[in-house]
Amino acid sequence: MSLLFYLAAFVAVISTVAVILQTNVVHALIYLILSLLSVAVIFYVLGSPFAAVLEAIVYAGAIMVLFLFVIMMLNLGQHTRDQEKKWLSLKGWILPCLLAGVLLFQLVSVLSSYDQNMAPETVGVLEVSALLFGPYVLAVELASILLLAGLISAYHLAKK
Amino acid sequence: MNWEVGSGLNIGVILLTVIIVAAMLIWVERRLLSLWQERLGPNRVGPFGLLQVVADMIKIFTKEDWVPPFADKFSFVLAPAIIMVAILLSFAVVPFAPGVGVIDSNIGVLFVLAMASIGAYSVMLAGLSSDNKYALLGSLRAAAQMISYEVFMGVSLLGVVALSGSFNLREIVLAQADGWYVIPQFIGFVIFLIAGIAESHRLPFDIPEAEQEICAGYHTEYSGMKFGMFFVGEYLGLVLISSLITVLFFGGWMGPEFLPPIIWFVIKSFIFIAFFILLRAAIPRPRYDQLMSYGWLFLLPLSLLNLLVTGAIILST
Repeated sequence: MSLLFYLAAFVAVISTVAVILQTNVVHALIYLILSLLSVAVIFYVLGSPFAAVLEAIVYAGAIMVLFLFVIMMLNLGQHTRDQEKKWLSLKGWILPCLLAGVLLFQLVSVLSSYDQNMAPETVGVLEVSALLFGPYVLAVELASILLLAGLISAYHLAKK
Repeated sequence: MNWEVGSGLNIGVILLTVIIVAAMLIWVERRLLSLWQERLGPNRVGPFGLLQVVADMIKIFTKEDWVPPFADKFSFVLAPAIIMVAILLSFAVVPFAPGVGVIDSNIGVLFVLAMASIGAYSVMLAGLSSDNKYALLGSLRAAAQMISYEVFMGVSLLGVVALSGSFNLREIVLAQADGWYVIPQFIGFVIFLIAGIAESHRLPFDIPEAEQEICAGYHTEYSGMKFGMFFVGEYLGLVLISSLITVLFFGGWMGPEFLPPIIWFVIKSFIFIAFFILLRAAIPRPRYDQLMSYGWLFLLPLSLLNLLVTGAIILST
């Protein structure tokens, strides 16, 4: 199990770096989908099959499809690729790398203080749904109202 | 020999059978279509033309595999592989008979839906990477159609899930011992059937590859084995949808004792495959905007209503 975890984590990290470094938008998007799918595998290994499948359906399957759909409409060509290349100059990398390094150091020091022998317990669909419609029902309703507002405003903008 | 779910033998046999059946369907479809149209169909190669598939395979393997110089090579090569992988992975959760299957998963239904939405990338990337107007038009249509119909596909299944109380396809079959779900969930069945045709973009919903309007749609630029993968992928999708309908609404492998369970499964699935082929012979293609408004304005409210009524009935009993 832990081998699967490290393998999926490796794929996730590499593909996420590739998302940033790719100058071709479509290739970057494919790497992002790969990264989301490997995160789904990580969820599964950590004992949450429901979250894993939702990650695959919602993020990799629905939201990224819409991204690709928009890119298809925009028809980005060589021009954007050159622009991307210009933005990816070495000089721009120094400060973000330093800042990310500080965060990584903090993360490692926090994580190393945890008990590492925690066995993952499987959380099924039933447990997640009982929580969502039990103690967290207010949050679910609020999120749905937010989505409804987005839907209505998109409809309004498209109608103009 | 051990016939347990997930044994190596099981996986190998299922994988081979599914691919061979999908390839043979090319011949079955042509023969059945000609039967209904009072023609003969392919009957020259081998007995009843059965070896036509072999001849087609030899042809497709030896053809030049051409990648257009203007295409985006990475996504162009990736696209046909995605549809094959996504659909073959979906077969992993299908329970063919007691002891026959690849994995007994608690998230079976959701896994199939996830793979269906991953499969949408195949047609989108194919059209986008081809750098061809017709291919792009085809994949735009495909993307819109698949995103829309995925929604009702998921919602129409929820009635079955609510009745059986499980996402596990094997448990859904076992829960139908007293009666098939097609009777209490008839509306769900009809919506799933329509969404299934749209997902595998078969006629009458083959708008993404409408030959008369946009050449061959998203696979206009494909040749050789890459085209072959799209072609077989479509038939694999057909087999998948038929077996899912059998599992979810028609009691899977269950049937009278005189035939083994796997035979019942094959018979039921084949009836739906034949029905899909008959649909192709019988119904013309709708217009693109008709398809979209039919989906969003009619099927979506209907499937939500179906779910609501099912929930109310379950709660009241």
